[in-house]
Amino acid sequence: MRGDAASQFSREYAVPQVELSSVSKQYGNGRAILDSLTLSIAKGEFVSLVGPSGCGKSTILKLVSGLSPTTAGEIHVDGMSPENARETMSFIFQEATLLPWRTVRQNVGLGLELERVPRERRHAKVNSLLDLVGLSHVGEAYPRELSGGMKMRVSIARALATGPRLLLMDEPFAALDEISRDRLNEELLRLREEQKWTVIFVTHSVAEAVFLSTRIVVLASDPGRIHADVAVDLAYPRTAELRASPAYEQKVIEISRLLRDARSLAESGA
Amino acid sequence: MKQKIFVFLNAIGIFAALLLLWQLVIWLGHVPPFMLPSPWRVFRVIAERFSSLAESFEITATAATFGLLGSIVVGVAIALIFAQSRWVRRMFYPYTLLLQTVPIVAIAPLILMWVGAGWGAVTLIAFIICLAPIIANTTQGLISVDENLIHLFLMHNASRGQLLLKLRLRHAVPSLFVGIRISAGIAVIGAITGELFAGSTSVGRGGLGYSIIYALQQLQTDYLFALIVAATVLGFLFYFVVSFFEWYFLHKWHESARTPEVE
Repeated sequence: MRGDAASQFSREYAVPQVELSSVSKQYGNGRAILDSLTLSIAKGEFVSLVGPSGCGKSTILKLVSGLSPTTAGEIHVDGMSPENARETMSFIFQEATLLPWRTVRQNVGLGLELERVPRERRHAKVNSLLDLVGLSHVGEAYPRELSGGMKMRVSIARALATGPRLLLMDEPFAALDEISRDRLNEELLRLREEQKWTVIFVTHSVAEAVFLSTRIVVLASDPGRIHADVAVDLAYPRTAELRASPAYEQKVIEISRLLRDARSLAESGA
Repeated sequence: MKQKIFVFLNAIGIFAALLLLWQLVIWLGHVPPFMLPSPWRVFRVIAERFSSLAESFEITATAATFGLLGSIVVGVAIALIFAQSRWVRRMFYPYTLLLQTVPIVAIAPLILMWVGAGWGAVTLIAFIICLAPIIANTTQGLISVDENLIHLFLMHNASRGQLLLKLRLRHAVPSLFVGIRISAGIAVIGAITGELFAGSTSVGRGGLGYSIIYALQQLQTDYLFALIVAATVLGFLFYFVVSFFEWYFLHKWHESARTPEVE
């Protein structure tokens, strides 16, 4: 059964939440990372960015979060500039980026602490999040005692603590083994059942992108630009069984082909 | 356990062998006691003059402690200024190198002239010699924070104060301890060097450095040896106290301070 998930989402949440209009980015040495990129992401979409290295996938996240300024063009998040919209977003990095001197509990509460949320409210929120990601039993442990997958769970819990509407994820599971990665993929979707945050997800893995996303944007490089923009019309909730279905496999093949085209385009252009 | 006893017996054995060698040199070379006292004489003088030895020990320990503590406070403050911008570092960092390269023996007489003889000058000399390692290591710790951690803080609109207190300073603690460990060793050396020049305001009584000079002039070579033993013990004591604090603050989370589980 191939539900029309993507269009269903765009009907429900037609408001664009993230808008990049003609965005360009150059580094100091004049090398163009992104060239006049226009991309509109609606509320509730789960958009994966895939592309050859150097196509500016991660740069897009840095620009949307306002951590790096654009060279030209405009970005709006909820109609605001990225800097002003930061309270509505959370960034999840490739490494778990936990503070090693803090316990798991203190790490999860970091964002709330920085935003000066009172202690009692913070505790309650942290407890419920630890339950949610299944880490209540290691609340008092330090990061070095955790496995890579557990660290990433802490990182996700920390990101969710401040109640974001937009999640920016920069290859969050790239450093994990395949089993942990698959399990965290499933968990991420389960968490999204309850709160439909919008997600921009950067990954190298086509399989992961297909499994998670409502939409996949394939980028070409030098300079980074959109090569293809594909809806993933597989119904939610998606579970581990989806990976064995023909519809899923077909989508993986389709995206892989587009990715190969984007890569050869870059090579012939260079 | 068996292995530990073996190691312990080995250490005792080597120590005993060294004492025996020392004694043999005296016997075979007919060395007079004022040139090289026997181990037994040194033990005896330690016992006999324990209270004056302890007094010198305490004076030197106090100067070294205050010099070290002062250098931690001032060194961290300077490192915080250095961490603010690359420009500030480029302008002023070379002067900390100067602090490290100028031989303390060369400026000790100057300090003596400026602040006068006594514990003040000694503490100041210990302070100066301790300062550079604290500044260098703490600065390194403050500026070597992972860029993504800074981004994480910025995403939560962290203030400059929060970035400093909750991220940079905490991150710098292990580096600070590297600096403190280096400085703890040289604090004792600095204090003793200071005392060689400016040790005392009353004749015959002063810190270990002063007493070394005094014992030398009096040809009390056995007491001189006792003072050297005391100075060594003081150095070890500093090292252990600092190591304890390092362990206390870091063992829960930092790799370097973990006690090895298997030998």
